[in-house]
Parts: sequence; C-alpha cells; structure tokens
Amino acid sequence: MRDRTWSAGAYLAEFSSPAELKSAVRELSTRGYTGLETYSPVPVECGIRRSYSPLPVVVFLAGLFGGIASYAIQWYANAYAYPLDIGGRPPHAVPAFIIPTFEGTVLCAAIAAFIGFFVVTRLPQPWHPVFEIDGFERATVDRYWLAVDASDRRGAPDLTIRELRALSPLRIVHLEAES
Amino acid sequence: MSVAARPTTASPATPTRESWPLMRGAPTDAALTDHLLAPLWRASRVWWLLFGLSTLGTLLLLGTVTYTVLVGIGTWGNNIPVAWAFAITNFVWWIGIGHAGTFISAFLLLLNQHWRGSINRVAEAMTIFALVNAALFPVLHLGRPWFFYWLIPYPATMNVWPNFKSARPWDVAAVTTYFTVSLLFWYLGLVPDLASARDRAPTRRRRLAYGVFAMGWRGSGFQWERYRIAYVLLAALATPLVISVHSVVSLDFSIAQLPGWHSTIFPPYFVVGAIYSGLAMVLLLLLPLRRAFRLHDIVTEAHLDAIAKLMLAMGLMLTYSYVIETFMAWYSANTAERYTYLTSRPFGPYAVAYWIMTVLNVVSPQLFWWRRLRTNTVVLFLASAGILVGMWMERFIIIVTSLNRDFLTSSWHIYIPSWVDWSILAGSLGLFGFLFLLFVRFVPSVAISEVKSLRIELANSPARSGHA
Repeated sequence: MRDRTWSAGAYLAEFSSPAELKSAVRELSTRGYTGLETYSPVPVECGIRRSYSPLPVVVFLAGLFGGIASYAIQWYANAYAYPLDIGGRPPHAVPAFIIPTFEGTVLCAAIAAFIGFFVVTRLPQPWHPVFEIDGFERATVDRYWLAVDASDRRGAPDLTIRELRALSPLRIVHLEAES
Repeated sequence: MSVAARPTTASPATPTRESWPLMRGAPTDAALTDHLLAPLWRASRVWWLLFGLSTLGTLLLLGTVTYTVLVGIGTWGNNIPVAWAFAITNFVWWIGIGHAGTFISAFLLLLNQHWRGSINRVAEAMTIFALVNAALFPVLHLGRPWFFYWLIPYPATMNVWPNFKSARPWDVAAVTTYFTVSLLFWYLGLVPDLASARDRAPTRRRRLAYGVFAMGWRGSGFQWERYRIAYVLLAALATPLVISVHSVVSLDFSIAQLPGWHSTIFPPYFVVGAIYSGLAMVLLLLLPLRRAFRLHDIVTEAHLDAIAKLMLAMGLMLTYSYVIETFMAWYSANTAERYTYLTSRPFGPYAVAYWIMTVLNVVSPQLFWWRRLRTNTVVLFLASAGILVGMWMERFIIIVTSLNRDFLTSSWHIYIPSWVDWSILAGSLGLFGFLFLLFVRFVPSVAISEVKSLRIELANSPARSGHA
C-alpha cells in the first residue's frame, strides 16, 4: 500500500525495535488488515505486499535507447555528415564506436535509474501528514512506526485502536482526515 | 646455550588468530546517529587549520590556471616531443584514484561484502573530488580550453563533428559518464542520511537546508523498497565503469605506436594500478578521519585489514604487469622497445623516477603479508602515501620516457617541468583537500543507515558475530 492515499486519515503506532514492528505487521496482516505501511530508519522487511517496481524495465529501455542513440550519433557524425579519411581507416569504424556506445548506454540507464527512483516514490515531497506528528523525527533515527489506513476494510476505529494497543506500542497517534 | 631455554613459539602472549569484529560496542541507535552526525554541527580547530591550508592550495590552483589560460600552455615545461607531461600524468593519476570509490561502493556491494558499509561514503566522495581534479587537466591541455565543447557532438554551424576514431572523444565519454554516475550514486546513497541530519538538526536553518536535500524522505516501507531497487541498479551500472574507465584511458596510450605505450596489457594494467592507488588514497583519508571523529568502533581493524589485503593483491598484480611488459619488450626483439624498457627507463635521464616507482609500488605492499602490519595505522599511512607517490611516478615514467626518446635520436629531448607545472599539481592537491574538508563538515561521512542496518544484522546473528 502507498501512504499517500489516506483519504480517511490513519492510525499510527510507535515501536522501539525492528523486531516489534515486524511482529506487529505480521499480527495485523493475519487479522486481515491490508492498508499497512511502516516507517523505519533502516530497511525492515515486513512482508507487506507491494506492486512490482517499474524501474528495472525503465532502466533497461533507457540503456537500450542510450546505446542506440550513441551509436547513431557516431555513425551520423563520422560516416555520413563529415567523413574524414585519416590513415585510410573506414568512416564507419565499428570497433572505435564501441566505447562511446557503451558509455552512452550506462549514462542513460543510470540517469533513468536516478530520476526514476524519485518519480516512483513521488519525491521530492516537502510535506506529508506524518510530518505533523510530534516526535516522528525519530523515525529516521531509532523509532519504528506502523501506520494503518483508517479506511482499511476492517474499518471500525475503536477496533483498530484496540488491536493496535494489544501490540503494546510506545504510543498510538490518530491522524485526522484532510478536509 | 640449550635450545630448550628459548621461549616456545606457542606462548600465551602470541596474538590469537581470531578475526576482528566489523563493529564494536553496543551504542543505542540514537547515540550512534548523534555520534556520526556530530561533525556536522561544529568544526574543530584542526578542521579550520586544514581548511585554511587547503584554501591556500586552491587559490594557488586558481592563480596558476588563470595564468595558464591567459598566457597559454607555453608556461608549462612540455613541448615537442614531450607534448604530454605533467597534465596527462596528473589526469591519469587523479582518475585512477577515483576508481577505489566505485570499487568499494558498487563492486563490493554486489559481492555482498558487509565491511564496505562503514567506508563507502568516504570512498565515493573521494572519487567525485578526484574526478573534478582529473577533468581539469585534459581541458587545460587542449591549449584553448574555452573551446572544450568542440569535443561534444552537437550540430554546429561549422558543420564539423568530433572524430570518434580518436581516443580523445572516448575520454570525454568515459569521464563524463563516470563522473555523472558516481555523483548520482553518491547522492542516492545520501538521501536517508540527509533525512537523519534534517531530523537531528539543532537549528531551524540547518533543518531547512538538510530538509531540502533530503527531498522529503520519510523512510516508509514503500520508499525503502524502491530505494533498494534503485541503489542496486545503480551499483550494477557503476560496476562495469570500474573496469572500463581506466581501460579507456589506457587506450589513449596503447593505440599509439610509441615504444612503452604500444602494448595489449595496458587496460588491465591500468585498472589494477588505478584501484591500487585509489585504495591507498582511501586509507590516507580514512585513517586521520577515524581518529578525528573517533570512528574506531565503526571502522575497525577488520576494515583496515581488508583494505590492506586488497592493496597487497593489487600490488602483486601490478608487479606482474611491470614484469610482463618488460619481458615482452625484450621478447619482441624490437630495437626501440628494448631500448625504452631495458635502457632508457632504468638507466636514462629519468632513472630516479623509475626506481622510486619500482621500490614504492613493488616493495611497500609486501609489508602487508604480515597481519600485524596490516592493522598498524602508522605503517598503513606511510605505505599508502608511498604508493600514491609511486603511482604518480609510474604515470610520469610511462608518459615522459616514452615521448622523450622514441625511434629517432634526432628528436630526443629532455623534459623539465616548469614552476607552473609544479604549482598546478600542488594546487590540485589543495583543491582535493578543500572539497574533502567541506564534505566531512557538511555531509555525514559514514553511511549512517547502513551502519545501523549492519548493527541490527550483527545483533540478530550471533553465529556470525560480525567477523569479516
């Protein structure tokens, strides 16, 4: 799930270790919650199901484009637009063109990977509802947060709060829906 | 005088062979984060002193480069036949140094070497600053540096295009790609740590500044998952660059006919030399940093030991290259080849540089056969400095001895560097120091989130207990 779709607000619980976060996610998932998201200072593999990242395919295509474009530029420049005879070498010199072709491939693929990351994660994003929570700064230091979408199909707010409380977090925060 | 009176070798005082931990102590995550972020919030007196010195070096570079651009490269010592001298030596040396960063951050990531996490940030920053220096030299060496963009293929009104059969556009492609990919990889790795700096910043202004560069990172599971995919993709793209960039640089030489350059061993020989000098520079920067920022618990003997072992391996491969290129010169039975390798280099006008290179590059890594010396910071520091000097000499020998005495004795000429040559070299060291000092002051110089991940991983697997 993506945390930018909280139309009905969210409930957040704060934990002090990745192990607690993991078991909390496992517990709520088995109860049928689907709208879960975690916040952690280090990557924690919680087994939340996510869509496939489009990035590998995009990067592959960008690399392909970079390679073809680099080769085409060299062919156009040296074999078509401005052929120079230096020492009788052929204007369309395949071995000599390999190096810029390789570099163009890597360059385009890397730029696509970098920009692609910011596009798929919708960054830069100066504001997000979680930044309103006092003490949420520690999510990049030593605290592990779990968010439950308030529109989750298990629905009932008091049930969600009760089940979160059963996980004995440090505290529970309710984020109101944006009006 | 009985033999039995001597202490036995297996006395309890002998250090045991157990390996060092990748991390020491058990600080809380908050304490660890604050410790690693501390250099960002205040500067020590030593930092200001070094910063002042490196600023002077940078000003020297600025002055001598301005002078060169205004007057022309006649201010340098090079002339026909030694058309390439200090400029290209410095270029190859700096770009070689850059290689260790990508080697440590990308190559070792793909090989799942956990020890890289504590030192990759420093190595990546070093790569970028070394490349900034490297790129300066070929551009100045063009003679009319303001026309450097003629090397880039663009539809010009002159209808003239770069000649891609020449090695020069290859260099442009290789170096710009390397610089761009290194910078993107470095920045992507920084994003979570910049968010930590944002969230720990003591003043609002700093919070805003780090907040802008952190781009709103909040460490959600979705972000982390996409982040790891992008990071590994960039690592996989950067890894072939470790091999390709210096291979391309070596082609500048080996596609020429000149004795001393015309050799098929050049690409691997240059790559090995590059990683070798780069690891030396990593140690040269890391050892003082480890002391100044008290990183002994994070950069342990395990890291120093691993880098020293890599340096030993690279040193041996480099020695092999020296032996083989000399053997091939002899074996070719070509008079000019034999003269260059067997007479001109070891006994010619630049013999001193040749022997400095041989001793420093071949002999100094042999110290690292001993476990105790691999973790002795003084030995490591001196050996690294020596290797850096030796590697600079190697490039000087390859370039100058090949050019100054080639096939025709009538065109032999001695090259003597001018004061401008020396000042630009010194100034480029100043600029490197300047940039590196700014880096350690304003950017987390250890990958905080990676170190915290490693700590959690080590705590959860006592069987491995973090041994390298």
